[in-house]
Amino acid sequence: MTAAAAMRTGGFADPAAESQAAFRTLLDVLARPGRIAELKSAAVAGLSPAASSVALTLCDFETPVWLGGACAAAADWLRFHCGAPLAVDCGTARFAFAPGIADLPDLDLFDLGSDEFPDRSTTLVLEVASLGRGAALTLSGPGIAGTASLAVAGPSAAFWQARAALGALFPRGLDLFLTSGTQIAALPRATRVEVSPCTSR
Amino acid sequence: MIAGYNFAYLDEQTKRMIRRAILKATAIPGYQVPFASREMPLPYGWGTGGIQVTASIIGRGDTLKVIDQGADDTTNAVSIRRFFARTAGVRTTERTREASIIQTRHRIPETPLREGQIIVFQVPIPEPLRWLEPRERETRRMHAHADYGAMYVKLYEDIARYGRIATGYDYPVVVNGRYLMRPSPIPKFDNPKLDRLPALALFGAGREKRIYAVPPHTPVKSLDFEDHPFRVESWRERCALCGSGSSFLDEIVVDDSGRRMFVCSDTDYCSGRRAKRSGAEAA
Repeated sequence: MTAAAAMRTGGFADPAAESQAAFRTLLDVLARPGRIAELKSAAVAGLSPAASSVALTLCDFETPVWLGGACAAAADWLRFHCGAPLAVDCGTARFAFAPGIADLPDLDLFDLGSDEFPDRSTTLVLEVASLGRGAALTLSGPGIAGTASLAVAGPSAAFWQARAALGALFPRGLDLFLTSGTQIAALPRATRVEVSPCTSR
Repeated sequence: MIAGYNFAYLDEQTKRMIRRAILKATAIPGYQVPFASREMPLPYGWGTGGIQVTASIIGRGDTLKVIDQGADDTTNAVSIRRFFARTAGVRTTERTREASIIQTRHRIPETPLREGQIIVFQVPIPEPLRWLEPRERETRRMHAHADYGAMYVKLYEDIARYGRIATGYDYPVVVNGRYLMRPSPIPKFDNPKLDRLPALALFGAGREKRIYAVPPHTPVKSLDFEDHPFRVESWRERCALCGSGSSFLDEIVVDDSGRRMFVCSDTDYCSGRRAKRSGAEAA
């Protein structure tokens, strides 16, 4: 398959139904941080199935997209399927996709919104090595009864510290989707994350 | 399903725009996200905001319940239910337990909502500070600084004038200790149900072009004072139909001589209790 032909694959075959189902999954994980769900669309060059589902569901001509590191391979695909403009500067992006924390700029370089319009902020879709295994996170905040736990492999302790530092800026902040292959979880800005020293399997 | 329209009436780009707003609203509990509200085939005031939210979240597997002041059988509820049956082909129900999405005008059902359900509120005026400060720029700044003193002054003036907080519906709440929010014109009787509700609550205001949300299990506190704690209304009467002493009652004038009866505002709750009772009598 040529690159041009490959670019045309990987979209939703039934956009109304598939984007609705994917959106409900996104809403569900965002409203209940700690929950891991499946998003089964096709993997495309540069994006995992879960990350490409986010793009197909939410990105269009109104949302500049920033692609970090190896995610840049999805540029043509994203333009073809979503019609989304690419943001060179991550501070102007509505959505940012990164294949790992190595390709992330400092988190406060993303658009965190303003105190008056905290919704005008970047949503970061970060691919991690694993969801369900790795560093044990204890979550609390809206959407969680008491505490919830989530295991994430990939992001370093420094990343979690940088994310926690943004907490003081609330209501400004960065909303995070964590993807791993077909799996997705969310950490909206209001979720407090504590990293346990021990790791689970 | 009627031909010539996209699934659930709205086009896909509109749904994406509303879905992005719903996600940001869920991420910032109680904050009103501006959105590009579309013209709908019914007038403002009939639930255009709630309908746009429902149209953006509903799928073929959903079961929809629509209530208007607690009732499933009033004009507004019936026409919105039919709208989605025709444009999305979804199952509809009058039973709170069976519904995956409940669109509501001004009530929260008496039957406790469960995890996984979504309740969509139709909101006429989303801004809790609007009657205190007409300028949008100012209310936005007040929210940015969590500067809510004016609302406390208003409640205090109620106490000074009437001896109690006289607000009976649309009673202001603070969501997750941060944003002041109008819970839409639900009676204050329903406010405690919003606190740590297991279901996701979405609010849509079509004319005012705002969407906001309360995620599940989120603290929602009704404003009050230490010496004037928040209280819900209660009745000496019981429901004349089902005998419930714990539901929200409507007072209905039944004849020309002014006789009255009190009945449950939640028709599904009331008929469920009556069915149970007649079942028990038959057995």
